[in-house]
Amino acid sequence: MSGPGPERTSGPQPPGNPDRLYILTGGQERPAATPQLDLVTLIVSRAESDTGLAPELAAVVRICDFPLSVAEISAYLELPVSTLTPLLTELLSEGKVEARPPVPAAALPDVQLLEAVMHGLQKL
Amino acid sequence: MDCKSSDGYAGPRSEDILPASATAAVKVVIVGGFGVGKTTLVGSVSEIRPLTTEETMTQAGVGVDDLAGIEHKTETTVAMDFGRISINEQLVLYLFGTPGQERFWFLWNGLFEGALGAVVLLDTRRMEVSYDVIGRLEERGVPFVVGVNAFPGAPRYPTAELRAAMDLDPSVPMVDCDARDRASCRDTLLTLMRYLYTLTTVSPESP
Repeated sequence: MSGPGPERTSGPQPPGNPDRLYILTGGQERPAATPQLDLVTLIVSRAESDTGLAPELAAVVRICDFPLSVAEISAYLELPVSTLTPLLTELLSEGKVEARPPVPAAALPDVQLLEAVMHGLQKL
Repeated sequence: MDCKSSDGYAGPRSEDILPASATAAVKVVIVGGFGVGKTTLVGSVSEIRPLTTEETMTQAGVGVDDLAGIEHKTETTVAMDFGRISINEQLVLYLFGTPGQERFWFLWNGLFEGALGAVVLLDTRRMEVSYDVIGRLEERGVPFVVGVNAFPGAPRYPTAELRAAMDLDPSVPMVDCDARDRASCRDTLLTLMRYLYTLTTVSPESP
């Protein structure tokens, strides 16, 4: 058999149009460098919108005037998280936004955290 | 309506804005097969209209070898819907509705890492989808509860029978969950939290 092996994606796959993504990320690829961004890392702008930024970057800065998770930014800007992450990394390294990491992952969650979540859910 | 700005990108509606005091988030993953009601569940308890994040999966075509050298590739867009519940001024809970097939889980890096736990949503009309999910979650050490989404007209089985069919560990809670009903979804999430609480407090590890 010379066919391709079992369907199994290895590593990040370029979504959509590769040219466009290359432009969006400025041609830089930063695999798993800089701070690890989770889907629920909260991003908050540190500066006013900057007219010198690329439109996608400026849009992130604008909509994050209040905290937004990486997942929400991805949804609002209609960018896959895999495309958005390098943009956020760039904004973070330039100090345009700050990241508030999720509650640290432990093997098992903290009792106080669970109590807070239960209390919050009971109000629903 | 989303507020479209001059840059053409929609941002959150004013009522969907988190307070500046929000300092950290946690996540819970809702796993289940297509059409089982994941998005309905997320929508029932979310304070925002559920949002969607998409990734594209590229696959090499299989079994096409008569055109030597021409790669056959198909692209699949995989969507994940999610919602949000503000727990208090600082803490935010996100709920991600994730396809049951494990190969999609890799599209979102770290989807399960750091998740408090998962709800496996079970459709009694298509139970086979969930067998696999449960095995995968166990392998990953993700704690979960099972919510049985009773669709109208779906066969109803005694809990014991369902548990046996799923080969479910006796300690794992299984509850009825009407994905359309806010209170029912809330109670399912609370069941997960109480289960996690039990796991934490009976854990031999002491802080």
